[in-house]
Amino acid sequence: MDAIYGIPIIGVLFQFIGYVIDVTPGIAPIVLGLAAPIALGALCGIMNERSGVVNIGIEGMMLSAAFAGFLAAGLWQQSLGGAPFGPFDLSMALLVGVITAILVAVLLSTLHAWLCISIGADQIISGTIINIAALGLTGYLNRLLISPNPRLGAGTFDSFNLPREIENFPVVGWIADMFLSQGPLAMSVIVLVVMLQVLLFRSRWGLRTRAVGEHPRAADTVGINVIRLRYRNVIVGGIFAGLAGAYLTLEGTGSFQNGMTAGRGFIALAAVIFGRWTPIGAFGAALLFAFSGAFGQAVRIRPPGEEYAQLGPIMEAIPSQVYGALPYLVTIIILAGVVGRSVAPAAVGRPYTKESKAG
Amino acid sequence: MTESQSQASPAPALEMRGVTKRYPGVLANDHIDLDVRPGEIHALLGENGAGKSTLMNILYGLAEPDEGEILLDGEPVTIHGPSDAIDRGISMVHQHFMLVPVLSVAENILLGDEPMANPIFLDRGVAHTRIRELGRRFGFEVDPDARVGSLSVGWQQRVEILKALYRNARILVLDEPTAVLTPQETREIFGVLRQLTKELGTSIIFISHKLNEVLEVADRITVIRRGKVVGQRVPAETGEEDLAELMVGRDVQLTVDRGESTPGEPVLVARDVRVADDRGREVVHGVSFEVRAGEIFGIAGVAGNGQDELVESFTGLRRTISGQATLLGRDITHATPRELHEAGVGFVPADRHRFGLILSFPLTDNVVLNDYHAAPYARGMVRDEDAIRERTEAAIAEYDVRTHSATVTAGTLSGGNQQKLIVAREFGRDLKLLVLDQPTRGLDVGSIEFIHRQAVQRRQDGTAILLVSAELDEILELSDRIGVMYRGEMVAIVDAREADREEIGLLMATGGKVSVEAAIKDMSTDLEQAS
Amino acid sequence: MTAAAPAAAEPRRRSPVRRLINLAIVPLVAVVGALIVGGVIIFLSGFASGELDPTLPFQAYASLFKGAFGSLRGILFSVLSATPLILGGMAVGLGFKAGLFNIGAQGQFLMGALGAAGVGAWVAGAPGIVAISAAVLAGAVLGAVWGFIPGALKAWTGAHEVVTTIMLNFIAGALIGYLITGPLEAPGFSFSRTGPLGNAEFPTLFGTSIHLGVFIAFALVPVIWWLLWKSTLGFEIRTVGANPDAARYAGMHPALITILTMSLCGLLAGLAGAGQILGISHFMNASYGTSVGFDSISVALLGRAHPVGITLAALLFGAMRAGSGLMQIEAGIPVEIIDVIQATILLFLAADVVVRQALRIRAPSAEPDELQTVTKTYGSGTPV
Repeated sequence: MDAIYGIPIIGVLFQFIGYVIDVTPGIAPIVLGLAAPIALGALCGIMNERSGVVNIGIEGMMLSAAFAGFLAAGLWQQSLGGAPFGPFDLSMALLVGVITAILVAVLLSTLHAWLCISIGADQIISGTIINIAALGLTGYLNRLLISPNPRLGAGTFDSFNLPREIENFPVVGWIADMFLSQGPLAMSVIVLVVMLQVLLFRSRWGLRTRAVGEHPRAADTVGINVIRLRYRNVIVGGIFAGLAGAYLTLEGTGSFQNGMTAGRGFIALAAVIFGRWTPIGAFGAALLFAFSGAFGQAVRIRPPGEEYAQLGPIMEAIPSQVYGALPYLVTIIILAGVVGRSVAPAAVGRPYTKESKAG
Repeated sequence: MTESQSQASPAPALEMRGVTKRYPGVLANDHIDLDVRPGEIHALLGENGAGKSTLMNILYGLAEPDEGEILLDGEPVTIHGPSDAIDRGISMVHQHFMLVPVLSVAENILLGDEPMANPIFLDRGVAHTRIRELGRRFGFEVDPDARVGSLSVGWQQRVEILKALYRNARILVLDEPTAVLTPQETREIFGVLRQLTKELGTSIIFISHKLNEVLEVADRITVIRRGKVVGQRVPAETGEEDLAELMVGRDVQLTVDRGESTPGEPVLVARDVRVADDRGREVVHGVSFEVRAGEIFGIAGVAGNGQDELVESFTGLRRTISGQATLLGRDITHATPRELHEAGVGFVPADRHRFGLILSFPLTDNVVLNDYHAAPYARGMVRDEDAIRERTEAAIAEYDVRTHSATVTAGTLSGGNQQKLIVAREFGRDLKLLVLDQPTRGLDVGSIEFIHRQAVQRRQDGTAILLVSAELDEILELSDRIGVMYRGEMVAIVDAREADREEIGLLMATGGKVSVEAAIKDMSTDLEQAS
Repeated sequence: MTAAAPAAAEPRRRSPVRRLINLAIVPLVAVVGALIVGGVIIFLSGFASGELDPTLPFQAYASLFKGAFGSLRGILFSVLSATPLILGGMAVGLGFKAGLFNIGAQGQFLMGALGAAGVGAWVAGAPGIVAISAAVLAGAVLGAVWGFIPGALKAWTGAHEVVTTIMLNFIAGALIGYLITGPLEAPGFSFSRTGPLGNAEFPTLFGTSIHLGVFIAFALVPVIWWLLWKSTLGFEIRTVGANPDAARYAGMHPALITILTMSLCGLLAGLAGAGQILGISHFMNASYGTSVGFDSISVALLGRAHPVGITLAALLFGAMRAGSGLMQIEAGIPVEIIDVIQATILLFLAADVVVRQALRIRAPSAEPDELQTVTKTYGSGTPV
């Protein structure tokens, strides 16, 4: 049995790998674009979880930021206007949008910090509240403010145009294309990832953060202010969620739809786990999830042709909804496969109280 | 008494006056006075729960006193948090080590007081040099890059002491530092402490409930009972009986009258048992022994040498990799907890909050925790609340569990009463084998005596008892035969009547390797694996 | 302790009324507080139209109340809207009891609806009792499958249900999109939808809109209560939720209980979905949407994960959903305000320490104890 069926399956597999290698350069910029909000969300998750706080409210923070950024940019454009300047089609409206997005996400993460750290509320419930509130408030305000004003909007940041000569280089060309044919927010992701990676493992802040996430009492006994450090990290984490939201409306689509984050905040949580709580690892995971999302587009743009005799018909028979659900499927599979081997910071999910009753 | 003594000597390095701390329902510290002189080793002796740790947490800024004051070199100070304490030269080695297992030795030591290369990044070079230097001076060199989680308990303690030295501690508090050490390691640590007081003039507060150690190492001894200072002694003018009576407040029998043991047939027989820990590493390497009816078989060993894993394999909580265990001839190697329970195995787990009890459940549910499914507590799927309640009330009465109702949650009981509740559940039925893992850890003397008597009683009834304890004294006191675990192997089995404390301690520390070199070689492979 | 074990919580025996007040006070304060916050938001919404009208919140709440309770029709509609929330709330609440956070009620509901719509259309011609049973069963089973998957993933691999259930919600949406525009699409309609249900439609009571599903939901409330507190299985579920290690020690199988409980949760949510299709909409289209998933979480939390509490909370939210339509028409306040009010209720519940201090009341914490287990297992990597 195996011998009979094994050969064609292996054949198809090889063709599949060949096809993936074939289409990857073409969709590379799309992949990074899709990865950007996931990676930014994951950085938010790392800031939280490394210091011992679970944050499942990233989804809601992203959604609120996306909405607030879009609204602020649109209102600014409508009332004050202003021509784009400089690279990326920068405009005052877009900058105001980004700043507003960050502020709103920071506000929500401050709420999360207060509930989890000061109040000792359950951290998963706190995140759930943020998700439900974000869905409700953005839906409510969308109906109230944006729907009656269909021409609201401030456009999007423009992508950098990589010179053709560089793009045509083998391998280096498409990697450069991937990272540089982007708007400013997506481009900033790689910088932020590297920066956070270095700080986490080389700086005093990083050492203290890791200690607080693993064994807060030990950190406390050497004079580290656990509460303050956790507050600071959770709030700063909000900046990343804000950037992720801003990316969605101000660099990605240029419009806002209810629930447009579509689970990206949760995929980001999976990326944190898959990336073993390191920024670079989470970025790699985000790229993988993004690739599974871009794959459907690749199949539509460049369907496997003649050279993939066996693969072609199979790919065509797969309904489009499967490609749409691919990122979610891949997330589940990765999570199930990796979670046992990837250990979270030990204090994750546990509120820290200073005084414990001891004999 | 305290007054006159302190006037005769130099000004105390530390003085605590009238320190009082109340917790809901408990007066943990009741106007405690304590003075510690420069270069003195001052022992704080008291039972578990007497209030020693609370007092030291106040000194270290981990708890705020309700009343009283603290003076350093005669100056009144307020200590708001550990960083205040550290700034004033106070360091503390906690009973449960305050080390981050996933960080390296160096990272743990410099945490909170990091040498910086620039305002953002750490300077690792400086830290490493300083750590090596301190290690050399006090005779414990340790690789700064080793992961703390992979060090043995003894070495972790050395890291804790290095942490204090790194911070130039003038006053060093050690909370039950010997609980996890062998007698030899204990003596080594005492050597280091004396060196500290002599060379650096460090004042040391040594918290313990072990009389012999206190007598051996301390210059002065302050005894605390139920949150109050009940006396102060100098070792030369006191003895174990005197201290024990002060500590407990009544005449205590230091040893249980065990009577004669009349061992019968083998009940538990283990052959070449191998067990892995939570991370899947084999930590018990082929252990063989047997426990006979009517005997207590004690397993001695430094914590973390595979005892817990070994015992858990006989209770169905942990899978055995290979080898065989039999109960009265029946193979139980892969039996489930329920099968073992039904076969007459009782188990008092080491971590009573993790395994033994459900703190948010009422006593009733806890008493039938492993019988809930069977008659008379359930018929089919339907629970019989009346039968459960009846059983609980009987157990509470028989085992003297202090509570005003069977329906309060287990979390409201004191530690001693929680353990009695577990004992009531596990002892109160027909048993073939009883597994006791750290049965008296953290309990007061009254509860310890009670549990020891119950265990001996079960032995007289012909039950086979397997006892694991980190307290060598408890093993020596209760056991008929003693097995010593070292690095996952049972290196010796000795008859308790012929057992020598020193010899067992040596076995625990070195596994019976004849030469010191061999033991050191073991240690260095430890460190290699760690880094 | 929560309402879970009434006798257990209090050392001294207090009067039952006092105990009830004690349990209900924090949720009540939360609801009132959230309505006030919602009122402020409604008031501020005046900015959008350019004038701030202090009576607007009162107008809005008046129409909300009128819509929910102003007529027999309104009351029946409130009960109908509460029905899926009772089942959904128990689907989340039962999970809490086992230390599981089922954010997947949404997907399980949709799968239940899909099963009932698909199988119902297929057996439309069979005799009523057969058709209805088959359609209900299909919904229950598909919902249970959608609960089984995250349960098994958690038990066997340690993948936390918070992420997997959300992913499964989206996958359910994609699956429905595919099936209803493909294999299950009924011919002869202007849009993609499932076929007519025929005999599989739920019968209704005396010509009102109250259908069989309402009775099923209310009948399951005492069943779940009995299961949790009077059966050995319930004891196992609660033990695993309170302390999985102790459950193992007690001879239970936490992995099995986790899978079983998640499947039961899915079954309840699936029944909710089946009820909506068979009792109200009578078909399913490709973009069938619902707010039941997130509402259920709020209902379970507000009801302290207790079947009776859940029923009361579901009736409250059902009434709000039922009345919100009239509020949108009469006062021009978007129905999404209900989501905002819900989130605010949860905020008050989560910050109940502050609420209790402010009001100087001594009441048990509003959060189910088992939540600690939910949060502790996050990222722990060890399968249960």
